[in-house]
Amino acid sequence: MGWFSTTPFLNVPNSTQVTYRKSSWWKLNQQRLTPWIFLFPGLLLFLVYVIWPIFNSLYISLLQWDGLSPAIYVGLSNYIELLDDEYFYISLMNNLKWLILFMLAVPIGLGLAIFLNQTIFGIRLIKSLFFFPFVISQVVIGIIFSWFYNPRGVIGPFLDKLGLSNYAILADENFATYGIIFAGIYPQIAYCMILYLTGLNNLNTDQIEAGRMDGAKGFSLFKNIILPQLKPATFLAIVVTVIGSLRSFDMVAIMTQGGPYGSTNVLAYYMFETALSEYGYRMGYGSAIAAVLFTIMMFYILFFIYRMYQSEKKGL
Amino acid sequence: MKKIIATLTAILSMGFSSSFAGTLVINTDLTDPAPKAAFEWAFNKFQEENPDVTIEVNNFDHEGYKQAIRNFLTTSPPDVFNWYAGNRMLPFVRAGLVEDVSDIWSDTGWVDGNLTEGMSHAKKPMTIGGKQWGIPYTYYQWGVYYRKDIFEANGISVPTTWDEFVAACATLKAAGVTPITIGSKYLWTTAGVFDYLNLRTNGYEFHMALTKGEIPYTDPRVHAVFDKWDELVKPGYFLENHASLAWQEAIPPMINGEAAMYVMGNFSVALFKEGGLTNDNLGFFQFPEITPGIPMAEEAPTDTMHIASGAKNKTDAKRFLIFLSRADVQEEMNKTLGQLPVNSGSKVDPDPFLEAGLNMLNNAYAMAQFYDRDAPAEMASEGMKGFQEYMVNPDRRDKILERLEKVRQRVYK
Repeated sequence: MGWFSTTPFLNVPNSTQVTYRKSSWWKLNQQRLTPWIFLFPGLLLFLVYVIWPIFNSLYISLLQWDGLSPAIYVGLSNYIELLDDEYFYISLMNNLKWLILFMLAVPIGLGLAIFLNQTIFGIRLIKSLFFFPFVISQVVIGIIFSWFYNPRGVIGPFLDKLGLSNYAILADENFATYGIIFAGIYPQIAYCMILYLTGLNNLNTDQIEAGRMDGAKGFSLFKNIILPQLKPATFLAIVVTVIGSLRSFDMVAIMTQGGPYGSTNVLAYYMFETALSEYGYRMGYGSAIAAVLFTIMMFYILFFIYRMYQSEKKGL
Repeated sequence: MKKIIATLTAILSMGFSSSFAGTLVINTDLTDPAPKAAFEWAFNKFQEENPDVTIEVNNFDHEGYKQAIRNFLTTSPPDVFNWYAGNRMLPFVRAGLVEDVSDIWSDTGWVDGNLTEGMSHAKKPMTIGGKQWGIPYTYYQWGVYYRKDIFEANGISVPTTWDEFVAACATLKAAGVTPITIGSKYLWTTAGVFDYLNLRTNGYEFHMALTKGEIPYTDPRVHAVFDKWDELVKPGYFLENHASLAWQEAIPPMINGEAAMYVMGNFSVALFKEGGLTNDNLGFFQFPEITPGIPMAEEAPTDTMHIASGAKNKTDAKRFLIFLSRADVQEEMNKTLGQLPVNSGSKVDPDPFLEAGLNMLNNAYAMAQFYDRDAPAEMASEGMKGFQEYMVNPDRRDKILERLEKVRQRVYK
């Protein structure tokens, strides 16, 4: 709250206050206005790049528009059509699968972090190697995993031994989504791991010592002493994982393009496909999908903000 | 990175260009080596012949171009741009973004052009609402590419009828060879098979009526096409796992001798040859006859050049289009492209695949552009998804066709 330090100056009698009324108004209201002036550029950008596009796409979702010809107002018919669109339900279900399975990244990340939280020679190098998947671009991971999954690729011989010769998971409508999620979770685990590693570094050793003295060992020590101290890291890990699963666009685009026949579509990719891809000329329909995705995200974000607000009230 | 810089410079230059008289702004997506070389030659040649014109080229990345075209045509139109024939240009024509060039197609010709002579057979795909909207400069044939040596080893001769074709597939399958390879990850390869089955079963007029939305997908004649398709899908004559493979990834099985045929466009020959096949073991044949007596129409997707309706230099733009339609220009360009010139006055290189294609197309009853260019974009994307699903699950045919019918009723209303 830096601007309060200017307060003494305001009490100094000032002759200009009388001569220039405008300047005096400024002096009187400086404290109230300064934060807004500083906020103005940010608010303007937020308005132009976030708020306006949201309302604009909500408006477009009421139109039938190919992006070139004049738009026709069609009311809610895009939403009504959405209710009868099986690809939409497939995408919604896939989003749910992503959300649930992606959560596995949190405990796996925690496990890896605990495993790596040791002080032996070269552990820094090993830690950075484990963090590597998060550094690689998602696109590269997608491409590499589709090579893995190719029955002529690396895992081909192993599948042969399992009696699954020539099995291509990305061509199987029932399992392709799981194949993509598995690829997507790989960098996410590394991300959660690094969050927990930082958390483990900041553990209060006194508490652990005290716990040990009271006879806590093994799992009970972990559950009652360590895990509560990792709460901020857990919270952050869950937040980034949920966000990561909801914007699961890139993996789908790289690995299957929503195929085979739409069975791996997620809402974000389906929106892109209908509105913006090579064959997508349905801005209105795409916007309607975006509106649904927005509503889902909004629920989550509101919950998140509520939680933050609650914990700040408690004085965190 | 190079591509990004090229696109950026292209976007930047779009704003400042085309203000001078005699400057011709051309937007293209010719980033692949062969098209790039062909057009560089054409640009230089045009400049040589028209020293008063300065050509300015904005080269876009091939995939990015498909989105960029919607932006640049509405915001800062170039003079000339390349695109595709058939329904692919319809949204732009309907939105009034493409210049009517019927005058350069007319009998009297415009300036020094006389297109009707060598190009009349290609007029139809360029026509919407009785007017012409651009000129075609290259096309290529579709058909069946096959391993001559595998056919010989199994005592199969080139099939010309459907029965012979199915029998050949059965023989190959029995010999442990996948009869037909295909990679359907990007969907469009399935449309090549559908188009040919429909063209051969019901004929060109029916195929065009279907892609124009005049016939329900639940029509018994459409079912007849899928009956024929069943004869290939149900015994497993197509490559396994095709839904996970791009079209290029379906080529190695044929190079290794694990598969024998590929229903494909002529652009695949370059890849086959890179993989080690030669004119001795790689062959081409026309897709066989199904319903006897139906005139044989072919797939020949055509690449085209158009003038933007917002062009600043329409005079030179038309000169360029006329230049591009000339027999000598198309001949030289297509030598580099490795494709077929549209102008019938042009000659082709002595290449067995080009000669076979030219021969087939010159005798073709009519030419289809390809499912995703003949049908509107929304129908095409749903249709091809349906074809892929059918090829994996032939039992779902009725459900798929009902869904396509629902899409048809929405798209063409």
